Amino acid sequence: MIEVKQVSKYYSHHQKAVDNLSFSVPKGTILGFLGPNGAGKTTTMRMITGFMAPSEGSIEVAGCDTVSQSMLVRQKIGYLPETPPLYPELTVESYLDFVARLKGIKSAQERKKRIAEVAESCWIGDVLKKSPGKLSKGYRQRVGLAQAIIHNPEVIILDEPTIGLDPKQIQETRKLIKGLGGQHTLILSTHILPEVQMTCDRVVIINKGKILAEDTPANLIARSAGVQQIRLQVRGPQSEIATLLQAQPEIENCMYESSDADLHSFHIQSRRIGIQAQLARSIVAQDWDLMALQTASGSLEDIFIQLVTKEGGAD
Amino acid sequence: MAQIWAISLKELKAYFASPIAYVVTAMFLLISGYFFAMILAYGKDAGMMRYLFGNMSVILLLITPLFSMRLFAEEQKNKTLELLMTSPISDAGIVLGKFLATALLLLIMLLTTAHFPILLLVLGKPDLMPILTGYLGMFLMGCAFLAIGMLTSTWTQNQIVAAVSSFSISLLLWFLGASGSLAGAELGALMTYVSLNTHFESFSKGVLNSSDLIYYFSVIGILLFVTVRSLETRRWR
Repeated sequence: MIEVKQVSKYYSHHQKAVDNLSFSVPKGTILGFLGPNGAGKTTTMRMITGFMAPSEGSIEVAGCDTVSQSMLVRQKIGYLPETPPLYPELTVESYLDFVARLKGIKSAQERKKRIAEVAESCWIGDVLKKSPGKLSKGYRQRVGLAQAIIHNPEVIILDEPTIGLDPKQIQETRKLIKGLGGQHTLILSTHILPEVQMTCDRVVIINKGKILAEDTPANLIARSAGVQQIRLQVRGPQSEIATLLQAQPEIENCMYESSDADLHSFHIQSRRIGIQAQLARSIVAQDWDLMALQTASGSLEDIFIQLVTKEGGAD
Repeated sequence: MAQIWAISLKELKAYFASPIAYVVTAMFLLISGYFFAMILAYGKDAGMMRYLFGNMSVILLLITPLFSMRLFAEEQKNKTLELLMTSPISDAGIVLGKFLATALLLLIMLLTTAHFPILLLVLGKPDLMPILTGYLGMFLMGCAFLAIGMLTSTWTQNQIVAAVSSFSISLLLWFLGASGSLAGAELGALMTYVSLNTHFESFSKGVLNSSDLIYYFSVIGILLFVTVRSLETRRWR
């Protein structure tokens, strides 16, 4: 449904917001777009909606190019930008009516029906007569969500849909988003990890405009579930410690982290249960001091932190 | 088409929901009412409406930027431009919808002065033609000011900056004709032709020249086109 092909976006010669991004979203799936602030999530979403054109590469939505067939794409897309696009002069009801007209719903009756429907599904029925200036952040966000789905679009792009909501509203919004999947194709950006785990079928993790991982949340967790993350602190000669660790056949990945004088930290991944004992023994046998040894099992959080902070460290 | 009208309707709602439309119209009425009274007091010759139109067009030059300044600057500040530019309406449609709304507002404002000629008709026998063409001329010139203002409004999210730039450009185009005589024959003629003021004179005299009509339509058309282009470049930034 959505094909992002080798897309880059430069804001200036030096500033690359998005760097050669490629991914696709099949029809009916909910894709979570995960990354720290400033990773390029908003820029990518703006390019998918046609608000911005890519500097390089192309994007297709439902088979239509977002630049050359922009009008066709826009008919199929509902979009909640980073800031809900509300007009202070229009009450929620007349605002939704305006958006519905803008999206091409011609019959007044149909518009009325759709406003009632989205008012119910986004829980904004009690503020329809109010102007957005008097609304709380949570309500503004939900009105923004309502305008994104008012014309029942095939593709829905949501930039941080649960930001500013209270925990109960977050839960309800996730339910709403999950309910939209299936008939609709969704992309939502977030930096809240449980959100992705709960609502999304697929995850794309990006940082500094580049894709670090793309998979289902379950696979991403499984990828690290059997893998033990071990953190080691050893006092001794750094290069010899590294050689020793890398020589262990059961260690899949050994990353050097930092040094404080001759105290060195390493991050190790291994599938072998109980590898800690073996590691400890071989380090002590070399007459080095084993200062710390910690283990942690994998979660999406770990993968995320690991991917984002250790970019380039993992091979 | 329905979408263009949706934009116009929304703009008109916004004008009348805020004090802008009322305050500006009231000021316009007050100042032009003052001039009308002064002209009535001084002389009752055939050209009296001509003076009034001349004065009113200066007032228009001063106050139309107040109508046009918010058109795109506010959308940028509120981050609502993202909604418009990702909706199934072309950039030209957005520009046209907004222009239609302000032009309509200008028309409403001009119509609030309709009691001036009605008073004249009740009290005497004025020439109708110069009055009608005078109003048409003011409307067209006002539309040109609004188009300039809408263009400057796409450049910034600061409404004051948009208004000041629009006012300066309009004023320069207005005075261009006056300095035409200093600039040599060919350039001077060109400057006089381009000036917004030159083409208004025939309207206020009751003469409907097709060349003057074409001038205003072209100026407005070119400005709207440049506005669309200015909006389009945002996608490539």
